[in-house]
Amino acid sequence: MRRGVVILAGALVLAAAGGARAQHESLTVPGTVTAGNGFSIQSDGSGEANLYIVGPAQVLERKVQLGQAIDFPADSLFNAGHYLAILSPSSGSAAVSRSFDVVAANQPAKLSFLAGPSRLPVGMHDAITGDAYVFDTYRNLIVAPLQVSFELSSPSAAPRSREVTTRDGAAWTAMDSSAKQGTATFIAKAGDISSKRIVSQVSGDPCNLKMSVTPAGGKLEVETDPVRDCDGNAVADGTIVTFTETYNGDETTVDAPLKRGVAKVEMPAVRGATISVASGVSLGNQVRWER
Amino acid sequence: MTMSVPAPFRFAVLLLSASVAAAQPAVRVEPVKLQGPRVLEEQTQSAVVRDYLQAWQSISSSLGQNRPDLLDRDFVGPAQEKLAGTVAQQARLGIRTQYTDLSHDLQLVFYSPRGLSIELVDNAEYEVQVYDHDKALAAQRVHARYVVVLTPAELRWKVRVFQASPQS
Repeated sequence: MRRGVVILAGALVLAAAGGARAQHESLTVPGTVTAGNGFSIQSDGSGEANLYIVGPAQVLERKVQLGQAIDFPADSLFNAGHYLAILSPSSGSAAVSRSFDVVAANQPAKLSFLAGPSRLPVGMHDAITGDAYVFDTYRNLIVAPLQVSFELSSPSAAPRSREVTTRDGAAWTAMDSSAKQGTATFIAKAGDISSKRIVSQVSGDPCNLKMSVTPAGGKLEVETDPVRDCDGNAVADGTIVTFTETYNGDETTVDAPLKRGVAKVEMPAVRGATISVASGVSLGNQVRWER
Repeated sequence: MTMSVPAPFRFAVLLLSASVAAAQPAVRVEPVKLQGPRVLEEQTQSAVVRDYLQAWQSISSSLGQNRPDLLDRDFVGPAQEKLAGTVAQQARLGIRTQYTDLSHDLQLVFYSPRGLSIELVDNAEYEVQVYDHDKALAAQRVHARYVVVLTPAELRWKVRVFQASPQS
């Protein structure tokens, strides 16, 4: 491959030299053009030619009069990228080419904002993340550094914000979930453009789980106090609480979901039995039934 | 760099270019210096690089044959729409462009916290040949800095942003 490349380069150099002898036309292009802005290309020589603007993101062709400025109005070339301008004279002389860049307008028009997770427990460190890519009005990624502000606000806590400078069009942040459960609003903003996501902060694992036991006929009625997490948020209904009764090596286990914040079950009344309660990784109190 | 290709040399350029087109591009992957908290696993990095390089083959085929369907495997979103738009413009004008990638110097720069996008910068060298109704107009070797964003699809990473920016 290496030899092929060297030979090709040599052929291209020879070709360029031959072309230089044959051509009288020349082309002057701007170094960079802002996407969507008008621009001008200057040609020298005389007669007619075709001018091609060629890149992976866009292609244009114009019939032009050599020796005149060729004006491209606004919105002609709007996709950022690297372009070749190729002038092909109608006289049949060799084509002339120049290259130039089209860059994104430095004016944010669209944010691609991903935030997550959509639901998480309260009090988690750096658990809410957001990342944003900033685009101009033609969906070109703005690679020049820009300020993006991220703000997380919830009804029960003061808003928290971060200013982040984009690198190659991207910015990200991570924030703690708040101590109180509820819906948080996560906003990314660049220039006048903003994008909003909702993050649901729910209670954490049960904390200080406590139950009480009362006789009910020939059985025991076992009921938890209202179950809360360590920040005092009510644990969601449906969370499973497990009650276990042990006596002489025998074990009886009953699972019950929280309903209106408490879990309640009936268990056999056995003198000398021990009853315990747990939920997830949280262990509660134990009661020994002696009556 | 500016280059014009007079008729006597065009055939030679085409023949020699064909030998380059058949060869694999030289690929260098710079050590990872990522923004973001997420760890990039080696397997993920390999998959991203593999899929990105295959995307260049799709560009070459699609713009060389004016077939937008050849973009579908490797591109999605704005990148796909813009490249497909170029294919449509080329077909309307009777133009074809042959992109042959010669080398890639890749740096992965951002991995999103949830793993839903990855951004890389490619200092690429490639050759562009332009044809108007099968008449060779120009051949030029290009050095360009591409900023690329890929997102995971079912089977592979697809290119969502594919954009050259001036060399910094």
